[in-house]
Amino acid sequence: MTFFRCLLVLLVMFVAPPAPAQDDPFAGLASGNFDDVSAAIAALALSGNPQAAATIGALQTDALFAGPEAAVYIRTDDGWVDARTGQKAEGVNEDDLNPVRVNNAVRRAIDAALGSLNLFSSSATVRAKAAEDVFRSRDPAALPALARAIAKENDAGVRSVMVQARAAARLADPASSDTDKLEDIAVIRARGDIEALGLLSSLHDQPAEVATAAAAAIASIKRSEQLWSVAQSVFYGLSLGSVLLLAAAGLAITFGVMGVINMAHGEMVMLGAYTTFVVQETIGAHAPALSGWSLPIAVPLAFLVSGAVGIAIERGLIRFLYGRPLETLLATWGLSLVLQQAVRSLFGASNREVSTPAWMSGAAQWGGLTITWNRLTIIIFAVMVVAALMAALRYTALGLRMRAVTQNRRMAAAMGIRTPWIDALTFGLGSGVAGMAGVALSQIDNVSPNLGQGYIIDSFMVVVFGGVGNLWGTVVSAFTLGIVNKFLEPVAGAVLGKILVLVLLILFIQRRPRGLFPLKGRAVEA
Amino acid sequence: MNRFAVFFCVVAVVGGAVTLAALNLNTALGSPWHVPPYVVSLVGKYLCYAILALAVDLVWGFGGILSLGHAAFFALGGYAMGMYLMRQIAGRGVYGNPVLPDFMVFLNWKELPWYWHGFDNPIFAGLMVVAVPGLLALVFGWLAFRSRVSGVYLSIITQALTYALLLAFFRNDMGFGGNNGLTDFKDILSYPLQADATRAGLLVVTASVLAFSLMLAYAIVASRFGKVLIAVRDAESRTRFLGYRPENYKLFVWVVSAIMAGIGGALYVPQVGIINPSEFSPANSIEAVIWVAVGGRGTLVGAVLGAVLVSGGKTWLTGALPEIWLFALGALFILVTLFLPAGIIGAFRRAPAPLPAPEPAE
Amino acid sequence: MASVRTWLRGACLGAAAVALMLGVVPAVTPSAHAQGGPPIKIGILHSLSGTMAISETTLKDVMLMLIDQQNKKGGLLGRKLEAVVVDPASNWPLFAEKARQLITVDKVAVVFGCWTSVSRKSVLPVFEELNSLLFYPVQYEGEESSKNVIYTGAAPNQQAIPAVDYLAANEKVQRWVLAGTDYVYPRTTNKILEAYLKSKGVKDEDILINYTPFGHSDWQNIVAQIKKFGSAGKKTAVVSTINGDANVPFYKELANQGIKATDIPVVAFSVGEEELAGIDTKPLLGHLAAWNYFESVNNPANKQFIADWHAFTKNPKRTTNDPMEAHYIGFNLWVKAVQKAGTTDPAKVIDALIGVVVPNLTGGFAALMPNHHITKPVLIGEVKGDGQFNVVWQTPGTVVANEWSPYLEGSKDLIADWRSPMSCGNYNVVLGKCGGASK
Repeated sequence: MTFFRCLLVLLVMFVAPPAPAQDDPFAGLASGNFDDVSAAIAALALSGNPQAAATIGALQTDALFAGPEAAVYIRTDDGWVDARTGQKAEGVNEDDLNPVRVNNAVRRAIDAALGSLNLFSSSATVRAKAAEDVFRSRDPAALPALARAIAKENDAGVRSVMVQARAAARLADPASSDTDKLEDIAVIRARGDIEALGLLSSLHDQPAEVATAAAAAIASIKRSEQLWSVAQSVFYGLSLGSVLLLAAAGLAITFGVMGVINMAHGEMVMLGAYTTFVVQETIGAHAPALSGWSLPIAVPLAFLVSGAVGIAIERGLIRFLYGRPLETLLATWGLSLVLQQAVRSLFGASNREVSTPAWMSGAAQWGGLTITWNRLTIIIFAVMVVAALMAALRYTALGLRMRAVTQNRRMAAAMGIRTPWIDALTFGLGSGVAGMAGVALSQIDNVSPNLGQGYIIDSFMVVVFGGVGNLWGTVVSAFTLGIVNKFLEPVAGAVLGKILVLVLLILFIQRRPRGLFPLKGRAVEA
Repeated sequence: MNRFAVFFCVVAVVGGAVTLAALNLNTALGSPWHVPPYVVSLVGKYLCYAILALAVDLVWGFGGILSLGHAAFFALGGYAMGMYLMRQIAGRGVYGNPVLPDFMVFLNWKELPWYWHGFDNPIFAGLMVVAVPGLLALVFGWLAFRSRVSGVYLSIITQALTYALLLAFFRNDMGFGGNNGLTDFKDILSYPLQADATRAGLLVVTASVLAFSLMLAYAIVASRFGKVLIAVRDAESRTRFLGYRPENYKLFVWVVSAIMAGIGGALYVPQVGIINPSEFSPANSIEAVIWVAVGGRGTLVGAVLGAVLVSGGKTWLTGALPEIWLFALGALFILVTLFLPAGIIGAFRRAPAPLPAPEPAE
Repeated sequence: MASVRTWLRGACLGAAAVALMLGVVPAVTPSAHAQGGPPIKIGILHSLSGTMAISETTLKDVMLMLIDQQNKKGGLLGRKLEAVVVDPASNWPLFAEKARQLITVDKVAVVFGCWTSVSRKSVLPVFEELNSLLFYPVQYEGEESSKNVIYTGAAPNQQAIPAVDYLAANEKVQRWVLAGTDYVYPRTTNKILEAYLKSKGVKDEDILINYTPFGHSDWQNIVAQIKKFGSAGKKTAVVSTINGDANVPFYKELANQGIKATDIPVVAFSVGEEELAGIDTKPLLGHLAAWNYFESVNNPANKQFIADWHAFTKNPKRTTNDPMEAHYIGFNLWVKAVQKAGTTDPAKVIDALIGVVVPNLTGGFAALMPNHHITKPVLIGEVKGDGQFNVVWQTPGTVVANEWSPYLEGSKDLIADWRSPMSCGNYNVVLGKCGGASK
């Protein structure tokens, strides 16, 4: 019986005419079937209905709900709105409503629809984005809208994206003429990026002339891609190098300058990342207006938190172990276990979410080069941190004392410098820098109790490769390792590339046992 | 360093192991004297760690070489043994392939890689247990000591070495089973590994190897050679100016230590039943150094004691305080360094152990 | 004097050795006996520290909740249940040691535990030797069926293959990137998928396989490579078997390089609600995951489970995930089998388990099949902005596990059936005998 009922339902599904989407696209939205929803979106976009943009926009933000009898409502901050009329809807029972669900197919329909609707927006950025959406969706249905938009457009940048979008849509339209298509291929070829390549490669069953032009364009784009890929690898290398540099800069102070083998260095980085998390949560809860600023606010706080913990470690532990550098290894290893477990007990074992502010999201296209904003920010940040560190060591009174103590402790003490406090502050400075590194790493890696463990070995390698006690050495070493790694990776694969870097490092140390920039003088023979 | 301490330790280790083995095999299940097989394999595992600790103490305590990569030699010895045990499974794997280990079958490998040949022979495998770590140590040490790489530089490149090996062994294309490593062993020298008698036998063998290593290490450090070695540790340049070749002394003790660690690893694998790349992880090497530091650096006996006590503590704490044992272990390391700077054995000495001249921070 | 000191030292060593022997046998804590006898002990073998703590801690908590609930219902066979929690610390030999401790020292009736394949491989000989019982809750590579293990996670055909089918049918994907962490689960899954895709007519040049090390954190090249591979004019998708820790940086890089699900969708087999909790999901809308359970599944049993979980952890934001459901099913299977057998003796429970059916949390039923795997529905979810998944497709019924993949040369003739008289985990149907036995 059930079987027959099931069969009946199936039959009805196949036989029954599709929902009358043409007459009332809103009913299609309420159908609960992804295909009908997609069709309804396209119909709605073409219908010229004044409610179209608002409705489709609501769907994109999960704010569209379907009720009984194909009613469709938009959820707004001050209550329910009937999608068909745009009027406030009274007496809506939330229990009767189901969200209109979207999948990728529906999402594509939304992008295409909003693309053609937003072509006439008053904001140039929205228009440019809409044109880009049309370019990606390659929807011939958007052609009339595009033609009108291009005619109206005054902004040259937006206009060129619209022309590209028109080219994409026309190439996808079997009805386009060959001359149009040849012109379009030239436009796409001029665009020259990876999306252009994808578009041109997807052209099938074209007339011979068009196919030849497309093939030539593909070859040309691929050639320039290859040239750009070198520059791209350099950028990747700089980016990896900046991450290594940030992780190692603090260690270059605590290990390089003070000679403390600080196995808890990674945990200082982790504390910085968790500070970022706490700052972000606090701002989110108490001052949401500042949420775009949570990272800049977290930087000094992370410095202070990790720095304070560093000073506490130095005063409570490491000062008893000077002159016994290998024992500090043991004690700080124990400390790193304790800190990891403490964070795990406090924040839980799972990853914490640190969101990326809008100004750090996305990427810029510069010729064939993709520059992701977060990576670029981190490179700049790393350079700034190291510059500040060098300036602090060179130009401040504290820096002068630090250098005095590390170069000749007894002489410094004789000159009246309180060496124990300088030790503590130096260690605090190194730890604080590690904390700032944590802020940056929270943007690209897991914020978890294990965060520090992933960087500790690399940090030691960087410092040793550069030459212990030399900040410049650390900088050169970090960027060298980063770039070498990124050039090896495409050839040898990620794992072998890393192994090769390690082997090269071991061999390099045989040639230059004290790193790239060895310290000279008597201290070396210690 | 005291002859009697070594003697006592040898007697305690061998005697204890034999007693445990006998109590395990010859008493009834319900008897209060019965030692469960769990304890037998556990103690066997600790003694393998003790061999590794001894190897570390030999180079660190007496040669002044702080190796943060000694677990690499331990793991290589373990892999050599693991390959032998894998080949012993022969046709009894889940796929019943007479030659290929299971992990090769399901990754569609058609034939055995060349470096797996010969490992079905226990004598060849035994040779490899010694040769592979020994050769690696020879090449690495020859390069490093000749170039006078020392101090933290040496420590860091030993760490780089074990890290590189870790990554390499993780690769499935290497043909060592990737992350899963080698496992599901059936028997050793045709004795079933699951049998109590085999376990007890392995424990006694491990204890004997440990005892022998301890005596060997003692013989080395007590000899004239050992005196020069200690001189190298305490003042390398001065020793060189006196006409000795410090690199040769270091290289010899380094290779002996690596072989010792390799044998320890080889005995470890049949007792724990698995060898996997995580044995190469730098944390393991650091842990070995910690055993030595806790027991007392440069005391040999202390290394054994440290390895057994710290591992035992870990076993107990992970069961008794699963949520917070890391606090306890971390605190232990911190307290030992602060209050027992010369380790447990050192604390029993009248005068503090002669540590190397403090390295000035300037 | 010297000899006295030496003697003292020796004595100290001896004392230490004795202390050790005593120490390794944990003191048996006397506990209140319920009316029907001493409590039944249940071992929980999940890493609470180290790299795997991130995933496994939750499973320990869910087991504690399930045991607590059962006790509130009056226990089992008139006896209370008691959890024995140990920490194998993401250390594989320690897993074997702890398993042996749980079984022989604590005398637990059953163990719920392990996450990684290597930890399972490490404890497997111990469970087989001592004839005890392990419930393993995580999706895995298959190619195994042990008498002493109940696999409550998905085999590749209960997760990977339906996901690929979905992408091919609904997203019209023609080009495939199989990206994974270099260990056995991705390797095997990708081998199976490669064979499967080729059997469906996908060409060699339309498949890109890429492996990265554990904890890989710099994904710039690889994401760019994926982007490039996707620009060949055919619809491209990424099938990700990237392991837990490396996922956050991977998704962050995807978002930053602007790979949208509408262009190149990524379907992941190891990314669930727990992993998404560490990522801002707004740029990841529409990327997919295939599981047998999602927290967002709308039915009363699941709602109750989530409410209980929030109450138990006193945290209304704690997510639930697929392996938790696997433990839920596994625990209920075990309870029912114990009631059926009338004893907790693993040997008898193992026999009683086959054929036991319990409800799952997605509105269906999980049956334990003779191959020691359970039947599961396969759900495809798309990432939503709030860190949850939106179920966009699911198999009409439940799927039976292929513990031995028909797409692999070595295992295509093998089946497992733990019912007597066959009682074999690797029966070769061509040769008609147990033991794998290749020709």
